[in-house]
Formats: sequence, structure tokens, C-alpha cells
Amino acid sequence: MTTEILGVIATYGITLLLAWPLARYIVKIFRGDRTWSDFMAPVERLFFKISGINPHEEMNWKQHLKAMLTINLVWFVYAFFALMFQDKLPLNPDGNPGQSADLAFNTAISFVVNCNLQHYSGETGVTYFTQLFVLAFLQFVSAATGIAALVVVFKAMKEKTTTQLGNFWDIFLKTITRILLPISIVIALIFIFNGMPASFAGKDTVVTMQGDTVNVSRGPVAGFVAIKHLGTNGGGFFGANSAHPLENVNYITWMTEMVAQVVIPIAMVFALGMFIQRKKFAYVIFGIMTIGMICLLIPSMQQEMAGNPEIAKMGIHQATGAMEGKEVRFGPAATGYWSTVTTIISTGSVCGWHDSTMPLTGLMQLLGMMLNCFYGGCGVGILNYYIYIIIAVFISGLMVGRTPEFMGHKLEAREVKIAAVITLLSPFLILAGTALSSWVLSHHPDINWAVKPSAWLNNPGYHGFSEMLYEYTSANANNGSGFEGLGDGNIFWNVSTGFVLILGRFLPIIGPVAIAGLMASKKYVPESAGTLRTDSLTFGAMTFAVIVILTALAYFPALALGPIAEYFSL
Amino acid sequence: MKKYLWPSIKLTLLLVIVLGGLYPLFLAAVAKLAPGKGDGITVTHNGRVVGYENIAQKFTDDKYFQPRPSTVDYNAAGSGGSNKSAGNPDYLKTVKDRIDTFMVHNPNVKKEDIPAELVTASASGLDPHLSPEAAYVQIPRVAKLRGIPADRLKQLVDANTKAPVLGVLGVATVNVLKLNIALDDLK
Repeated sequence: MTTEILGVIATYGITLLLAWPLARYIVKIFRGDRTWSDFMAPVERLFFKISGINPHEEMNWKQHLKAMLTINLVWFVYAFFALMFQDKLPLNPDGNPGQSADLAFNTAISFVVNCNLQHYSGETGVTYFTQLFVLAFLQFVSAATGIAALVVVFKAMKEKTTTQLGNFWDIFLKTITRILLPISIVIALIFIFNGMPASFAGKDTVVTMQGDTVNVSRGPVAGFVAIKHLGTNGGGFFGANSAHPLENVNYITWMTEMVAQVVIPIAMVFALGMFIQRKKFAYVIFGIMTIGMICLLIPSMQQEMAGNPEIAKMGIHQATGAMEGKEVRFGPAATGYWSTVTTIISTGSVCGWHDSTMPLTGLMQLLGMMLNCFYGGCGVGILNYYIYIIIAVFISGLMVGRTPEFMGHKLEAREVKIAAVITLLSPFLILAGTALSSWVLSHHPDINWAVKPSAWLNNPGYHGFSEMLYEYTSANANNGSGFEGLGDGNIFWNVSTGFVLILGRFLPIIGPVAIAGLMASKKYVPESAGTLRTDSLTFGAMTFAVIVILTALAYFPALALGPIAEYFSL
Repeated sequence: MKKYLWPSIKLTLLLVIVLGGLYPLFLAAVAKLAPGKGDGITVTHNGRVVGYENIAQKFTDDKYFQPRPSTVDYNAAGSGGSNKSAGNPDYLKTVKDRIDTFMVHNPNVKKEDIPAELVTASASGLDPHLSPEAAYVQIPRVAKLRGIPADRLKQLVDANTKAPVLGVLGVATVNVLKLNIALDDLK
């Protein structure tokens, strides 16, 4: 038990030790300083030349968004058709079929928006071609999209008055060539030398010790799993995701996957302070995010290590905690830690099934996704936190009776309206979606979809409701994990979560970029004695309070019907 | 938007080639040097491949140590868990049945000594490991059926136990397949 907790602490410690130098490196890249990776410059120049892009052309915030949305649309169209016709494309050793239109719609969007909600199983629902040329590709570029959007906000916060915020293509491509690709290679090599498959060999057939004939799915797993975590994507190569013994081989690969998924989100917070030269501002943000994580983490680990009270009643000894849906090589403490991290940042990979975790752990997972800003996904975590900062600055301004200012610019009605809309968007999408599915379930249980509504829920009672709430929460947060018992492989879930995915991704990127762009174009107001200090602990606590109050007001009723009621019924 | 369309398409094509093609090809080539040559690590017994080191397999015979329950019947063509919630009555009945079955096959074990992992399904359905305690609890049964002294079997389990990383991080595990092979090789 002690070694389990030590393992978790060591893993977090290693993450911090790596995040600091990574942040310095990231800042160098986006400031345009010389770094060791400059040998990639000729490749980048070649790419820009072929693509007809001038990487030195400065863009304003609107041009950034247009370029970003255009290339995302191209990816969606490409992914949608590739998935539908994957059975006719090469690299399909297991002979898997093409996806139906609604499933291809959901899968394509889900990977374009960095969510990786998977309404199929990797062993049977995709081919090696689509795993690599579509899904792994999207795992790289969707993470780079989030980081590129954040770098625009960095630039806008740094400058006194400007509309020139760098070039989208330049930031985007360098994120891949300088950060995601080289680090992914290192991570994949660690996996490979721990025995994770990486070849193109198809399913193997084995006769076991006692003479059963079984199949073993394999494939180019290691590279996929590297970017899956580094890019906070989370989509599994196999159905069992990172619980699969070929996708997460041992405790060393567990630690590596764990560090990989949270190192960029933490590094981006440090990079923020270095880039805009306000380190204290970033430290306060980091502190608040870490406190937030710990508040979710401790109950999760405690609940999982304590075991299932219903099984305890049967007189069973649960020395290893609640083991349903968990793997022995990770254990409950590590699985609890993973479940918290994967939900606060938007990875959504799992090393044990969330559906089978204890009710309070499920509550923490839901809260992690509803907050979605403690470290958060690649780039987008800080964008979400930025919205909360804007609201906190606005409320603080009202409290002291002055026009609110942030980073030397006046915060006015337009920016606050955008922030308010983005804040209200998440509860709207999550709660409206859950309400809709509940209504369909109770009024039309026998519609002839691939899975009838009456068969959607894998568990009765409060937990069944939580399964639907979780699915929309995950879709909106672009998380991708699920209470996987939910029968989501049908047109209702594919289409409804598909739209939640799009809105839950792009509006929370457009909002902060627009606010930052609008603010940066305003006249610079030097700080004075009356300026609200946004790098103080007081302001950090204020932001934390705003986050807690907004989340509690929006979600408490739904959470009370789901995990909280379940907890009190055990 | 139109201005960005062609650059988007061309850049996408180039990146698909590099990230979807060259990146995994490079890794597959390097993997030739790694254990299992990138195809997954297999286990050979008496000159025959009997399985993958990290994929659980079914042992129905009481003479062998048994792995954790699987919802995919130990067939790694797929993978997955039960996704049952903690208080689901059907699920609790399944657990209770597993306890009863275990008690029948291991009459000398007291109920409170059964580790929970032996009566709960793993996440992947392919969990190749047990904790040392879950292997120990099966020793009396295996010892009796094979006529091997229990302390000899305990030594065998300990010899097949992998300690936590550096002795202090994570959990100790016993690979059931390797343990059973060692058991068959025991003279």
C-alpha cells in the first residue's frame, strides 16, 4: 500500500522535474530563439514552400481563427471518408469493415477535436490504415491546434498594443516538428523496449497451455500510445485502452504514460509565466490548479483503496482495494490517480474502468471534466482557465468599483459577454444533452436503433443516470473517457455527442482567442496603485472561488441525482 | 476561408505522410531490436509457443493457479471489463457466485482470506497477473492435488514474484502463465 502511494508521488514528481525544462524549451521555440531542434528548420521551410505558405506573415486574431477552422474542416472531411471506406483501403490484416456514416461522423469529429470518444473497439472497428493515417495523425494535429491557439493568447497578453499575433501555420507546424514528434519518439522507444508491440503484424492465433485456441490482437501500438498521451488525446489502440496489457505493459509504462499526458499541460503554465515575463502570475495559477487537482485526487484514491462496501459486506478481504475493472499491475491507488488526472486534463484514457469505480470517485471524475481547467488539455486547459480569470477580474472590478483591467488593458462589456457565454455553454450542452437522452429513454424505450434506448444503460438506478450524464460531460470537455457500459454505438449517441463535441471544442477556443485579441488591440494602460493585482494570492483565491461557485451552481442538481445519490444508497 | 483552403489541404497531405507513415515505420524498424521484435513477447514451453507473456489465459484445471475472472473469456481478439457499478444487484450476485465457487474448489480457505481480485473481473479481461496474496491463497489446493509440499510452492510463487519498481514504486505482481509453467517444470 505504501509503495503504491510512493509510486504516485514519484510519478507526479518526475512530471514536475520534466515540465520545467520543457517549458523553457517551448518558450524558446515560440520566441524564435535558437534551440537544438533547429535542424528541423529546412523540413519546415520545405513544407511551407510546397503548401504555398508564408510563415512570416503576421496574422490578427480573426485570421488565426480562420486558418485554424479551415484546416480542421479539411481534417474532418478526410477522416470521415477514410473511416467509412477503410475496408477498401490497404493495411487491414484483420479484415475489419468500414464504419457506418453516423459512427464515422462521431469518430472523425471526436479525433479532430482532441476528444477521442470511441463508440467502437480498436480491435474490430478500425484498420491499421485508419489507426495510423487518420487517428494517430489527428492526435498530433489536434493537440498542435490547441497549443497554437494558446500561443496566440500568450502573444496577445505579452504585447502592449498590437493586432499582429504571429503566424498560425508557423506556430502549428513547429508545435509538431519541435515538440510533439520528437518527444513522442522518445516515449514510444521506452514503450517498445518494455515489450509493447510496434509492428504491422495482424492478429496472432495461439494454442494455450490447456489447449484452447485464442486470438491475440496486435499492431503498431507504441507510437499510437505515445501521442495519445502526449497530446492529451486518450483514444485507445485497443478497446480496453491503457488497461490493455499490450497498451500498458507494466508499471514503468504506466509511469511513462502518466507523465506523458500531464507534462505539456503543466509545462504550458510555466511557459505562460516565462513568455509574458510575469512568473508570479503563472505560479499562482499553477498553485490554484494543483490545489484543485489534490481536492479531487484524495477522495478518489481513498475510495478506491478502501474497496467496495457492498463486497465488504460479503465478508471478503479487500486488501488490494476495489478491484472490479482494475488491473493488478497498477492497483487502486495508481488507478485512482490516473482517473483524476485523465479527467482534469482532457486525455480520457483509462487504466481501469470508470464505470466500476466507487460513486465518489465517479463524482470526482465528473467534476474534473466539468471544471476542465486544472492543468487541462494541451493548450485548451489554460484557455478555459483564462475565461475564469476574465470573470474573476470582472467581479473583482465590480467589488472595488473600478473599471476592471487585465494585463494593462481595460476589460469591457464585449469581452465579459463573450466570457459569460462560454461559461454558460458547458452546462447548457451537458445538461440539455442529458435531459434529452433521459427523455428519449423514458418515453421512447423501443425505438429501433442499433441499441434500443431501453438497452442503453448497463446499470440500474442512479448510476444509470450517471452513465448518460458522464457521456455528455466527456463530450463537452473533449475528454473521451466514458462510463463505458453505456450502449453508445448507435445513431442517437453518435450524432448528439458529435454536435456537443464540435461546440464544446471550438467555441471555448474562439472565445478566449477573441477576448485576448480584442484586449491586445486596445490602448495600453500602465499599472497604477489602483490596479487590481492579478498575480497575488488573493486574486488566485478569488479565481478559485469563482470556479467553485460557478461549477456548483451549474451542476449540483445533476450530480445529486447521479453519483451523490448513489453514494448514499450504498 | 478560401485563402486558407489550399494551404490546409497541402499541409495536411504532407503531415499525413510524416505522422501517419514515416513515424510508425521508423518505430517498427527500431522495434526489431527490442524484446519480441515489436510483435509482442511470446512464451515458449517444451518447444511450443503457448501464449503471450502479458495476456492472461484460462486455466480451468484446479491443478493450476487460476487468473482473475475475464469478461472476454481470455480471448484477446477483443478486450474489456464488466463496467458494472459498485451497487448493481446483478453484479453483486455474480461476485457472490464466484465466492461460492471459490469456496467449493478451495474448501480450506476462510472466506475473509479471499482477495477481492479473484472474484472481480479485470479491466482488460486479459490481466495476466495476481498479487502474491492471491497466489498464496491457491497454494493449499494446488499442493494437495499435485502432492507437492505447500512451502515448496510458496518458494515457487516468491521466485515468480516481480517486486515493485526499484523495490518501492507500485505493486508486486505474479505472472500466472509463467508461474504455471514453472509449476509444470517442477520435479
